[in-house]
Amino acid sequence: MLEAFEAAAPSSGLDPYVPLVALFVLAAAFAVFSVAAAPLVGPRRYNKAKLDAYECGIEPSPQPIVGGGRMPVAYYLTAMLFILFDIEMVFLYPFAVTSDQLGFFGVVEIVLFIATVGFAYAYVWRRGGLDWN
Amino acid sequence: MQEQFLAQAQQQVNAPDIAYGAIAPVLIVLGFACLSVLVEAFVAKERRWGLQIGVAAAAIVLAGASLAAFISSNDAAGGPTGKTGVTTLAGAVSVDKPALFLWGTLLALGVLALLLIADRTVGGDMQTEVFPLFLFALGGMMVFCAANNLLTMFIALEVLSLPLYLMCGLARKRRLISQEAAVKYFLLGAFASAFFLYGLALLYGYAGSVKLADIATAAVGTDRSDTLLFGGLGLLVVGLLFKGSVGPFHTWTPDVYQGAPTSVTAFMAACTKVAAFGGILRVLTVAFQSTQWEWRGVLWGVAIASMAIGAIFGLTQTDVKRMIAYSSVAHAGFLLVGAIAMNTDGLSSTLFYLLAYGFTTIASFGVISLVRSGSGEATDLSQWAGLAKRSPLLAGVFTFLLLALAGIPLTSGFIGKFVVFSAALRDGMAPLVVIALVFSAVAAFFYLRVVVLMYFSEPAEDGPTVSVPGAFTTVAITLGTFVTLLLGVLPGFVLNWASSGGFLS
Repeated sequence: MLEAFEAAAPSSGLDPYVPLVALFVLAAAFAVFSVAAAPLVGPRRYNKAKLDAYECGIEPSPQPIVGGGRMPVAYYLTAMLFILFDIEMVFLYPFAVTSDQLGFFGVVEIVLFIATVGFAYAYVWRRGGLDWN
Repeated sequence: MQEQFLAQAQQQVNAPDIAYGAIAPVLIVLGFACLSVLVEAFVAKERRWGLQIGVAAAAIVLAGASLAAFISSNDAAGGPTGKTGVTTLAGAVSVDKPALFLWGTLLALGVLALLLIADRTVGGDMQTEVFPLFLFALGGMMVFCAANNLLTMFIALEVLSLPLYLMCGLARKRRLISQEAAVKYFLLGAFASAFFLYGLALLYGYAGSVKLADIATAAVGTDRSDTLLFGGLGLLVVGLLFKGSVGPFHTWTPDVYQGAPTSVTAFMAACTKVAAFGGILRVLTVAFQSTQWEWRGVLWGVAIASMAIGAIFGLTQTDVKRMIAYSSVAHAGFLLVGAIAMNTDGLSSTLFYLLAYGFTTIASFGVISLVRSGSGEATDLSQWAGLAKRSPLLAGVFTFLLLALAGIPLTSGFIGKFVVFSAALRDGMAPLVVIALVFSAVAAFFYLRVVVLMYFSEPAEDGPTVSVPGAFTTVAITLGTFVTLLLGVLPGFVLNWASSGGFLS
């Protein structure tokens, strides 16, 4: 794959990594621009909700009094389940792209893979991992 | 540019050929592990324990049967000694003669470990989750022994490690020490995995491939950076040596062996070592044979360090499980002596040693699980004083096993050491063999110390009681002891099997 890719590059006259570098430059420029522009052009109206952690779960500090400052273990399980399905997607995309070439074999394999993930999920579900009290 | 790139991406993706017959044992073990998870999920609590034993036993028996079927069909095909094996799954897995031997060893040791785990009459206070974890770990070990590229090897390493970390923490009656062991093992194991991955990355940078055969091809050429090669090799081997509890990378071993439930320790001590040394042998032989003169000196040093640490620290231990742990560090050193003798004898003798050591170790831990005082296992050596007067049979069996670990003739330990050391001698490592002999003499002292303690000391006032073993533990100890004796008297069959062929990549 890599060798073929490098071999293909000279004929086009462009190093294959140039677009990648350009993407990084664009991303960095956008981030710097957004952060720099926001205080200049945006209105400033503060309230409590605005100072909360954004999309990051519960308040990390001060530590909750209940349970001696520990996080509930249910968070851990939720995070694990998230990773489980996240990884499933990582495999489903390449499969979707090549499904016509892999044929029936590919379908069987991906169903087996999803079933395996399903077993773990069934275990969590049946043993009360999804009960949120 | 873009069209070219898309054309590249759209190139034919072929489904790999899969030799189902060859990898059936692994598929069966992992498939039954999934089934075992479903049993955990859907079967009522009171019926789980029995059912889980059945599932795990069926997995091992069926895997063993399919392994035997493949071996006989493999031997029937090809020349007088049979085919050397097959590589399958696009070359990711190599089912060759050493892999088949190691699979057989792992499954046989798995039976014994399962018997110990399944026995609830002595100290069996684990959750039923131990069975799916056990099967996953066993499946991971089997893949690890046969992995033909480093990525497969890494995945297998994780599949075998993660369940083991959990299993270490499953002792409910000794919760704190057990969880301490699990956390220590997990943290150090994660470090070792990181080392392995870093080495993998450097080797990929060196060879442009993670396949062992490609690394070997690249190492023969001279136009690449040796820094990447030896940096990668060093980091990779550190990860592997950690799993095999070799030498200076052993620090987790005593704590984990002591803290984990004894049956889990038995499984871990025997099977992890088999898997780790299977991996070490394959990596060194297949990928790095051509550069052996550069790295062998380092592994000489590691082997000496391992033997020294195991033998000397073993002398000072007062806990019998920690003592066996240091003994396993010393044995890892002996195994490494065989593994770096880069000839066919080195391979076959190390394989034999692994099998012999595994059976002896599991039986030893079986015995240790039986000696109990009121609160739990009596692992302190002072409590073992005069044990022979109270239960002569148990003391006799343990004496025999200790003599096997020390390497006294008529036991498998002697034959194992003999074949390993003679392979090393044939490869011109006489100084290392002399050092190894000295350290086996030192190590013999602390085994004999226990024997003397059991036979010639006055029993303690409130000494431990010896539990009447359940049927499972009895069978496990009997089998382990019997194989230790059998391999000491008639090692020919196993030695022939171990030397039936080399690695295929």
